[in-house]
Amino acid sequence: MLSVGVVVLLSGCSSLTVLNPKGQVGADERNLILTAGALMLIVVIPVIVMTFLFAWKFRESNKKAKYSPEWAHSKKIEAVVWIVPGVIVLALAILAWTTSHSLDPFKPLAAKAKPIKIEVVSLDWKWLFIYPDQHIATVNQITFPTNVPVDFYLTSGSVMNAFFIPQLGSQIYTMAGMETQLHLIANKAGTYDGISANFSGRGFSGMTFAAIATSEMQFNDWVDKIKQSPKKLDLYGYDELAEPSQNNPVEYFSSVKPHLFDAIIDRYSSERMSSTSME
Amino acid sequence: MLGKLSLSALPLDIPIQMGAVLFMVLVGAAILAAITYKRKWKWLWKEWLTTVDHKKIGVMYILVAFVMLLRGGVDALMMRSQLALSYGSNYGYLPPNHYDQVFSAHGVIMIFFMAMPFLIGLINIAVPLQIGSRDVAFPFLNSISFWLFVVGAVLVNLSLVFGEFAKTGWVAYPPLSELRYSPGVGVDYYIWSLEIAGAGTLLTGINFLVTIIKMRAPGMTLMKMPVFTWTALCTNVLIIGAFPILTVALALLALDRYLGMHFFTNSLGGNAMMYVNLFWAWGHPEVYILILPAFGVFSEVLATFSGKRLFGYTSMIYATLAITVLSFLVWLHHFFTMGSGANVNAFFGIATMIIAIPTGVKIFNWLFTIYRGRLKFTSAVMWTLGFLVTFTIGGMTGVMMAIPAADFLLHNSLFLVAHFHTVIIGGVVFGVFAGLTYWFPKIFGFKLDEKFGKRAFWCWFIGFYLAFIPLYILGFMGMTRRLNHYDNPAWHPLLLIAAAGAGVIALGVLFQIIQVYVSVRKRHENRDLTGDPWDGRTLEWSVASPPPFYNFAEIPVVKDRDAYWEMKHNGAAQHKPSEYHKIHLPKNTGAGVIIGAFSLILGFALIWHIWWMAIVGLLGVIVTLIARTFNYDADYYVPAEEVKRIEDGHSQAMAGGVGHGR
Repeated sequence: MLSVGVVVLLSGCSSLTVLNPKGQVGADERNLILTAGALMLIVVIPVIVMTFLFAWKFRESNKKAKYSPEWAHSKKIEAVVWIVPGVIVLALAILAWTTSHSLDPFKPLAAKAKPIKIEVVSLDWKWLFIYPDQHIATVNQITFPTNVPVDFYLTSGSVMNAFFIPQLGSQIYTMAGMETQLHLIANKAGTYDGISANFSGRGFSGMTFAAIATSEMQFNDWVDKIKQSPKKLDLYGYDELAEPSQNNPVEYFSSVKPHLFDAIIDRYSSERMSSTSME
Repeated sequence: MLGKLSLSALPLDIPIQMGAVLFMVLVGAAILAAITYKRKWKWLWKEWLTTVDHKKIGVMYILVAFVMLLRGGVDALMMRSQLALSYGSNYGYLPPNHYDQVFSAHGVIMIFFMAMPFLIGLINIAVPLQIGSRDVAFPFLNSISFWLFVVGAVLVNLSLVFGEFAKTGWVAYPPLSELRYSPGVGVDYYIWSLEIAGAGTLLTGINFLVTIIKMRAPGMTLMKMPVFTWTALCTNVLIIGAFPILTVALALLALDRYLGMHFFTNSLGGNAMMYVNLFWAWGHPEVYILILPAFGVFSEVLATFSGKRLFGYTSMIYATLAITVLSFLVWLHHFFTMGSGANVNAFFGIATMIIAIPTGVKIFNWLFTIYRGRLKFTSAVMWTLGFLVTFTIGGMTGVMMAIPAADFLLHNSLFLVAHFHTVIIGGVVFGVFAGLTYWFPKIFGFKLDEKFGKRAFWCWFIGFYLAFIPLYILGFMGMTRRLNHYDNPAWHPLLLIAAAGAGVIALGVLFQIIQVYVSVRKRHENRDLTGDPWDGRTLEWSVASPPPFYNFAEIPVVKDRDAYWEMKHNGAAQHKPSEYHKIHLPKNTGAGVIIGAFSLILGFALIWHIWWMAIVGLLGVIVTLIARTFNYDADYYVPAEEVKRIEDGHSQAMAGGVGHGR
C-alpha cells in the first residue's frame, strides 16, 4: 500500500484529472464526491479502528478483558447503531436529491453567454460532431469557447456509448433512436481528453476525441478553417462514415446536410417503424 | 447436419487459446485415466454423481466452483498483464477479439459459476444440519439443480474449444449483443449457459425456501433460526424473485437473435434500454443473493470464535429483511447516465443509500459480538476481520456512486470496477473462504491446515489492496473500464502495481491448494472426533464429523436460539436416545445426471443451430423426467439397528479415539 501512495505522489495530483476539473459542472461534482466521502468517513474510520481495537483487546489470550458470553443485547448501543448511519444517510439523501436536480445533465446552464450547440453521434468507433448553427461537422474533435455553455444533443448511429470528457463533468449515454442532452462549460482553456465510457466493441479503446476549449476568436478561426475543408457531409457520406473503422483520424466537413441529426434519430426511432430499417 | 459448426470453429489461429484447450484436454484425460486405473468409476457413480445427499451435493458445488475460480482467475491475470503491457506503441498480447472475450468470461464465470455455486454449496452443506433436518425438501430436485449448473459451466468452457465466447462484457447489453453487431456464437454461449444454469438456480431457490419453511426441527421458530439459515432464506427468496427476470430477458434476446424479433434491436420498435432495466432488475438483487449468505457466515464465525452470543440478533434479522426488500428497488443506479431525469435518479440513489443503514447496523453488531468475547484468531476469523475492514471501504465507495451526480463522473470507470471488487472479494469471496474453513471439519472430519490458511489469507488481503487501490486512483484519472490499450503515461505505473497485486492473489490461491493437500496428508493430526471442533453453537455441531448420511438419528427439539450451545450447557447434549427408529430416506438416482447430459446436448445444439440435436436433447430431458415419475422405488428405510450401530461407533470414537479406521 505504501508503494501505491508513493506512485500517486510521484505522478502528481495533476494526473488525477477527475479531481482536477476545468469547468463548473466538473467542479461541482468533484466537490460533491469529496463532501460525500468526508461525511461517510465519520462512520468508516471508527469502524476500521474499532475492528482492530476490539479484535486485539478481546483476543483469547487476554484474560484481563471482560468476558460476558451471554451479553448480546443493549438498547443503547442498538439505538446508536441504527441512528448514526441513519442520520448520515439522511444528510447524503438531501445532498443526492438537491444535486440530482442542480446537476441534471438535461438542465441548461445558467450563463450570460449564448450557448454553443453541438450534436453528437456515436459511431463504430468514432464520434461525429455536428455544429448546426455553424453548418459544419467534425470527427473526433470539438472546439468551443471558454466560459460559454455548450449544449450537447446526443444520439447513436450504432450501439450504445457514453459521451464523457472527464475534466468537464458528467457523462451521458448515446442511444440509437433516442436523444439525450448534456450541458457542460469549460472555464479554463485547454485540450481535454474525450472518451467513450461505455464498451461498444472491438474499436472501443481507440474511440477518443479531443475537446478544445479556447478563446472566442480562436474558435471562430477554427470554424473558418473547417469551412475551407473540401469534404461535405450528406446522407450518402454519412452512411460511408458510419461503416466501422478503428482509431479514426480527425476529419472536417465544411457543410452538413440540414437536419442530418434528426434524420439519424428517425432511422431508429420507435415512433417511426420504418420498413427501410437499417437492422 | 452440424448447423454452424465446422472445423473453422476451432481456435487454431489463437495460440493462447489452443494452449488452454490442450491443457484442458490433458487434465481431463489424466483425471479420466486415474479414475479408470483406480477402478473408481462405479464408486464415483454410486456415491457421488447420482447422490441426492445435500452434503455431497454441497461438496460437489464447491469443488466445481473452485475449479471455476481458477479459470476466472487466469482470465483476471490475462487482463491485468495485458493492461500492464499495452501502453503507447506496445499493444500487448491480447488483441480486442480475444481480450473482449476474456473480460466477458471473467465476469460471467466469477458471478455465476464461482461465487453463486460456492455459496449454494455452503447452503447445501450447512442449512439442513442447522435446522435439524435429514435432507432438503426435494432431494432429487437438488441433484437436477446441481447438474444444470454444471452444464452451464461446461458450456462456458466449451466456448474455448468450439467457437468463441461473448465479446460484449458480462452484461451483454444490446444492441451490441444483437445479431447485427455480434454475429458469432459467443453471445449464444452466454445466453444458453445462463438459461440452463439459471433454471438450476431457480430450482435451488424453491427447494431451500421450502426446506427452511417446512423442515425445521420442532421448537425452532423463525426467530430461533441460526443467522446463516436466515440469510439463506432471504437469498432464496431473492433467487425466486429475481432469476425469472433474467431468464425472460435472455429469452427475449434469444428470440431477437434466433427468430429475427425486435425486442431490443435498434429498429422496428425495439428498445435496448428495456434489456438494461430487466438485466439489473435481476442484477441488483443478485448482488444481495451473493452477499447475504456471506453475512450469515460471518455471523456464525464471529459468535463461535468469540465464544459469545451474536450481538443484536433481532436487529440483525430485521436488517437482513430490510436489505432483501430494498434490493428490488435500486436497480436503476446501474445506469443513472441513461438520462432518466432528476426525480427518477434521485429516487433510486436515495433508495440505494438507505441500504447502507441496515448494512451499517450489521457491521456494528459484528463488532459488538467481538466486544466482551474471547476471540480466537483462527483463519476463519482472519477472513472475517479482513471482510469488516474491506467491506466498509467498499460500502463507502458504493454510497458515493449512489449519488447520481457523483456517479456521472465515476460511472463505468475503474473506480466502479474497484468498488464492486471490494465488496465482492472483500465480502463474498472472503465469506465463502471463512465458511469453507469453518464447515470443512464438519464435512470431512478433519480441519484445514491453519498455517497455510493464514498464508492464503494474507496473500489475498494484501494482494487485494495492491490490485484494487490503483484502480480506484485510475478511476480518478479518467480511465474507463474494458479498455484494451491506452496512451496515458500516468496510468502505466498504477497498472503495473495492479498486475503485481493480481499475482499476489494468485499466490494466495496457490497456498489454498497447498492447504488442501497438506490438510489431507495431515488429516490424522487434525481429525475431529467430537463433531464439535470449534465449540459451536448451532445444531450442525451436535452430530458427528462427517455427519452420518441421515444427519440426525433423532430429530432434536430446539428450545433456544443457539440450540446446541444451550444443550451443552444444560446437559442435554450428552443425552443418548434409549432406542433408535428406522429412518426414511430417498434413494440415489441417475436421473439428475442424465437430465444434465441431455441439457448439455440441448444447449450445445442451440448454440450451433443443430436443430435435430436440439430436439434429441429436449426430448431426452422430458422423457427422463417422465420416466423418473414412474419410478416408485425412490425411497428406503435405514433399519433402526444400523442407525444404532453408526451412532454407537461415533460415541466410541468420541470416547476413545477408536474412529481412526474411517
